[in-house]
Amino acid sequence: MELVNIFVKSIFIDNMVFAYFLGMCSYLAVSKTVKTSFGLGIAVVFVLAITVPVDFLLNKYVLSEGSLAWLGEGFADIDLSFLSFIIFIAVIASMVQLVEMIVEKFAPTLYSSLGIFLPLIAVNCAILGGSLFMQERGYETLGEATAFGIGSGIGWLLAIVGIAAIREKLRYSNVPAPLRGLGITFIITGLMGIAFMSFMGIKL
Amino acid sequence: MKALRKILDNIKPHVEKGGKFEKLHSTFDAFETLFFVPNTTNKGGVHVRDAMDMKRTMAVVVLALVPALLFGMWNTGYQHFLSLGQEAGFWETFFHGFIKVFPMIVVSYVTGLGIEFGFAQMRGHEVNEGFLVSGMLIPLVLPVDIPLWMVVVATAFAVVIGKEVFGGTGMNIWNPALVTRAFLFFAYPSKMSGDLIWISGLTKGEGVIDGFSGATALGAAVNGHIGNFPLWDSFIGMIPGSIGETSTLAILIGAIILIYTGIGSWKIMLSVFAGGYLTALGFNAIGLNALMQVDAIHHLCLGGFAFGAVFMATDPVSGARTEKGKWIYGFLIGFFAIVIRVFNPAFPEGVMLAILLMNTFAPLIDHFVVQGNINRRLKRVKVNA
Repeated sequence: MELVNIFVKSIFIDNMVFAYFLGMCSYLAVSKTVKTSFGLGIAVVFVLAITVPVDFLLNKYVLSEGSLAWLGEGFADIDLSFLSFIIFIAVIASMVQLVEMIVEKFAPTLYSSLGIFLPLIAVNCAILGGSLFMQERGYETLGEATAFGIGSGIGWLLAIVGIAAIREKLRYSNVPAPLRGLGITFIITGLMGIAFMSFMGIKL
Repeated sequence: MKALRKILDNIKPHVEKGGKFEKLHSTFDAFETLFFVPNTTNKGGVHVRDAMDMKRTMAVVVLALVPALLFGMWNTGYQHFLSLGQEAGFWETFFHGFIKVFPMIVVSYVTGLGIEFGFAQMRGHEVNEGFLVSGMLIPLVLPVDIPLWMVVVATAFAVVIGKEVFGGTGMNIWNPALVTRAFLFFAYPSKMSGDLIWISGLTKGEGVIDGFSGATALGAAVNGHIGNFPLWDSFIGMIPGSIGETSTLAILIGAIILIYTGIGSWKIMLSVFAGGYLTALGFNAIGLNALMQVDAIHHLCLGGFAFGAVFMATDPVSGARTEKGKWIYGFLIGFFAIVIRVFNPAFPEGVMLAILLMNTFAPLIDHFVVQGNINRRLKRVKVNA
């Protein structure tokens, strides 16, 4: 039950895009068509689903204070948490490399339409944010961390395909010229944020 | 009418292309079509032979809103005198509500239409009638004691950010009336929720009889006091709440008008009610908190559920457009409305937010329905070939 709570919460209530405004760059840039944004969203879900549990294990057994105790008595008071940023980023970057290779091999059209934004997932703040939130909120078990990782990924996916569908529909709208493109996208994001505020304050 | 036609015909040359006041064309056009419905119909080989246009559509919706509006006015007065512990005749009651509600309608129309005319003039398109409905919906979803300047601010926000930046009527993603309500809800929460705002005069607290609580049925249900609001009262609508949303009966009359004329989609209405009913039924079985235990049918009569289902969810612009998508869209509205109501103690009034949320995802639903159709047909082609 706890796992389901964390999962649902990270999709709707603590949505990466609408609650924390993380991962905005690729969210704004790749949301022109549903198909591409769906591909990117899946990539983000995949990366989050692997990096968050891996970082959780690293955090639990290597980085946080006293976590090296399993090596022996002398290691019990070592605190490596100042290394967490760089280690998390290293994990994320290597995962993204892997995803890039997979996508290039199995979905070359998606690979070319995602362009630079696929390797840029490595610096997508939603991904690093996922790992850091995991550390900050102190999830207890590997299962919780995984549920959180997958949930935030799906929340991000939902946000980007949602806005992509809206932008596809907007092609038939008569948006004032100065607002076309990014301007109207910001406004849409804000209004979507209002819609998502309906979940704000739900306690599970 | 003839005299009016003459005046308009006299002005016409001046505002047409090349005339002195060419820039005021859309303003003139708006007034001309307001008084004289364009009755040009096709006579050749086309099948469209009716002058059914946006104006008539909007007029029907406004007509469908009238029962809810009139009842809302009467109920405003009724609740007011109830809180004072006085007896009042029918006309006195109605008149009190009229005095309270009418300024809100005027303010919302003047603000909204003013902005619409301005935008139409600047951008050189015709003034659309879409706001006739939004302007009526806005006062109906607000609590009666709200200050008028808030109505102005919220209406302006909704018309500009919710509608005109997308290109005006028919192109918006979110229902402007809902944007108004959500804006007020998050910007001025103290004026949009609580126990005091739903009855006129209660905020000032003068002469209110002891022990009178102005809480809405949902507000009371959170604390387990739903027993104060029997099902029949909630259905007729003699309970505190936003102006137009209390009477399920009046709303159903509106729903019949909308369905009979084919303007509101019965699929959406039905699926919203079905979604809400089934979700509430499921929660009844769990029954963890007071709101979960509220009877499923009762849930549908409380708060803005019926109003949202009939008038907001069926908005053809912001709702799902594919036929299969309408079922999914409506069902999810009902589902989310009850879920937000039950789980979120801050917003027991979850219906409007649920519709806003599904407005966000309606294009996505449509996209997948259309894609599904395309894929199915592609498969058929392959089988045949």
